[in-house]
Amino acid sequence: MADETSNTAAPVAAAEGGSGAPRAEGDRGPRGPRAGGRPGPGGAGGGREGGRKFFRRKKVCKFCVEKIDSVNYKDVRLLGQFVAESGKIVPRRLTGVCTPHQRRLADAIKQARNIALLPFASR
Amino acid sequence: MQRTYELMFIVRPDMTEEDQDKLVANLESQVGAAGGTVKSVERMGKRRLAYLVRKFQDGIYVLMTLEGDGPMVKEVERRLRVTEPVIKFITVRVDEEQKRMAKIKAIRDTKVRGKGTRAQEAAAAAAEPVAATAEPAESAPASA
Repeated sequence: MADETSNTAAPVAAAEGGSGAPRAEGDRGPRGPRAGGRPGPGGAGGGREGGRKFFRRKKVCKFCVEKIDSVNYKDVRLLGQFVAESGKIVPRRLTGVCTPHQRRLADAIKQARNIALLPFASR
Repeated sequence: MQRTYELMFIVRPDMTEEDQDKLVANLESQVGAAGGTVKSVERMGKRRLAYLVRKFQDGIYVLMTLEGDGPMVKEVERRLRVTEPVIKFITVRVDEEQKRMAKIKAIRDTKVRGKGTRAQEAAAAAAEPVAATAEPAESAPASA
């Protein structure tokens, strides 16, 4: 009896403890590593590599470096660099473009699509 | 309020040169009638379209720079919609962008001049940014 009570008590405690611990970790799990993961490769891509295969080097914004100020819908060559094979606009975490330039770039690409300089969707 | 617009439109590829000229001249007169001015017309030639537009795979691109106000653009676009050979058009307002570019250019010009020369022109460079930001960039090259 004593063994039973202790046995029943132990698994219950273990279950509680077990469910308690993963619950707490579960809350912190998705938030912790994810929050740590995103600023990591985004901020210092070169410094921290741990597990992220895509972010090798620190990406710089092409427009900021070359000081291209106006993104025109007419220069298809420049715009085409930021458009995927399928015609989709490439996200800025892959190209390394900074936010204001990405916004202007997206507007220019949409204008170019409207005037049939770029496709909306291709194979 | 004179605003600067860029109007790019595509004409059917099976148009002759004289027909194109007639069309452009027609448009210019309409712009004038609506109270605007045409600053430039640029023929960008025949290009392959990225997708089928009214069953055409190619088109002749024409770029016009206009100066006028909002209602003028509306009128011109209305006429373009009705014109049969024109298959696509887009109007973009560019005066804000041009102002911004001129500002950036002015700042860059003063920066370069201030850095390139030494203490002699440091006083001139200090006086120039004040003038450049107050007046348009034309004063800076003029004083240089």
